[in-house]
Amino acid sequence: MLSSDIWSTKDYSRVPYRLYHDESIYDVELQRVFGGPAWSLVGLEAEIPNPNDFRTSYIGETPIILHRDKNGEIHGFVNRCSHRGALVRRELCGNAKDHVCIYHQWCFGQDGSLNGVPFRRGFKGKGGYDKDFDMKEHGLEKVKVGSIGGVLFATQSEEAEPLEEYLGEAILGFIRRIFHRPVHIIGYHRQRIRGNWKGYAENPRDNYHAGLLHEFLRTFGLDRPTQVGGATMDRRHRHGVTWGRSESGNDAAREAYASAQVASADMKLAEPTLVAYYPDRNDDINIAIMSLFPNCVIQQIANSLATRQIRPRGPNEFEIFQTVIGYDDDTPQMKQHRLRQANLIGPAGLVSMEDGEAVEIVHRATKASPDDCEILELGGKGEISDRDYRVNDVPVRGFWSYYAELMGIEPEGAVR
Amino acid sequence: MMSDLLGAYTLLAQYGHLCDTAQFDEWLKLFAPTCAYYVKPRENEDLGLPACIMYCDSRAMLEDRILALRVASKYNIHTDRHIIGLPRLVGNGSNGLSIEAPFAVYQTEQEGDTRLFATGLYRDRLERDGDEFKISEKMVLVDTFAVQSLLATPL
Repeated sequence: MLSSDIWSTKDYSRVPYRLYHDESIYDVELQRVFGGPAWSLVGLEAEIPNPNDFRTSYIGETPIILHRDKNGEIHGFVNRCSHRGALVRRELCGNAKDHVCIYHQWCFGQDGSLNGVPFRRGFKGKGGYDKDFDMKEHGLEKVKVGSIGGVLFATQSEEAEPLEEYLGEAILGFIRRIFHRPVHIIGYHRQRIRGNWKGYAENPRDNYHAGLLHEFLRTFGLDRPTQVGGATMDRRHRHGVTWGRSESGNDAAREAYASAQVASADMKLAEPTLVAYYPDRNDDINIAIMSLFPNCVIQQIANSLATRQIRPRGPNEFEIFQTVIGYDDDTPQMKQHRLRQANLIGPAGLVSMEDGEAVEIVHRATKASPDDCEILELGGKGEISDRDYRVNDVPVRGFWSYYAELMGIEPEGAVR
Repeated sequence: MMSDLLGAYTLLAQYGHLCDTAQFDEWLKLFAPTCAYYVKPRENEDLGLPACIMYCDSRAMLEDRILALRVASKYNIHTDRHIIGLPRLVGNGSNGLSIEAPFAVYQTEQEGDTRLFATGLYRDRLERDGDEFKISEKMVLVDTFAVQSLLATPL
């Protein structure tokens, strides 16, 4: 099933639907993508600001614990008891000096090391573990955790390159642009989608779907794919940022859409501040969607800021775990504005709800045709490289090129 | 007292009916001229976090939601069925009532498969309007905060 023969083109302009549905391929993804040298988004430092704060998360389907120790350092370890495999920490978050498994009370410290085992010496002089039982060998499995501006990424692989190299200069710049001053959590949005996680990874890497699928944007004249912006990738094309500048649209957009018989932007909102943009920093970029391989989206849609963690749940379902943030120094007016603007994003988002439906109808329609392919040719075929215009799906091909590398299924003579 | 509760029953019954028959312009008329409507994940409420998934702190924003639903939003083609439980009177004053009522919304898709879409609690403030009540604030606290597919139509 899984071989380099599945690609009918060498530039990833055709992707077979098998990759969305096959259970055995999904099992390999858990090992080679999520368990491999990729860095996954796992949370934000702002979720565990104090000593001994912890929060649970996932790398792929592997449950993990993020724990800030008494010195402020953040540790990551697998949330699976080294004794009999139970979840050690059942709560989603909290504050604790250690983590005790309820099953047999094995006790783990702030860095996941094993601190206590009941009946280690037996009971009343009888039984217990053999003398060669070494507590040091039975801590919780560690994961590497790295932080970029307070955004936490983790990997289970020893082979993973350093996080900053993994992301690359251009992407680091976009992340630091959002996290340029301290943030706090406003809340969480969760959405369960009956589709494949990669269908959602593709979605934000093509910017032009937004103006077409999310009709709210064009009905109310907010976002035009012909406005000034672009698609920027890292050197290996595994991550992609699509971005656009405010106040930079032009009438070419109307002409471009006229051929698609798109409604003109003549509708008015009763409360126009819903879509108002008050610059949070010294630039005029009002939309920036960062898609980081494999499971991360960091988004700025006007003043609406969030991270989205894709949590796969088998080949046919995933969760979007969205963390909505604001800046610590937000004024009361800005706090209210961000709560209002959260209407744009998440499962009920006026410019995002359609993504759930789009991924689901793709999944439904492709199941019976594993050998047929999607078409990725907008912005041209062949070499994968940056574009200085927004209407292209080249970053989607970039995603697949790195996916194929990690899965060990690159076509011979791959064009990347 | 009993007539107040009867007024609340009547309003909730009408609320469910208008949602399930997708008569959202009529649904809007159940709200007072100054009103608010929120759909909030139970997770955020429990953590003391303010973010909602629908946040309409003015009548204008609520009207925009309905306008967007009519002219722009695309979502899974479905019908809703609201099962609204007995309201509990939380407060009663000269201006109006505070009530809480549990709810479940089942969603049926085009080929007839029904799923429990959401369950939760309404926390409503109702204001007197002659012999009737209008909704001045509705907080929909969603237990099912892992939203199935997406949320387009109001709960």
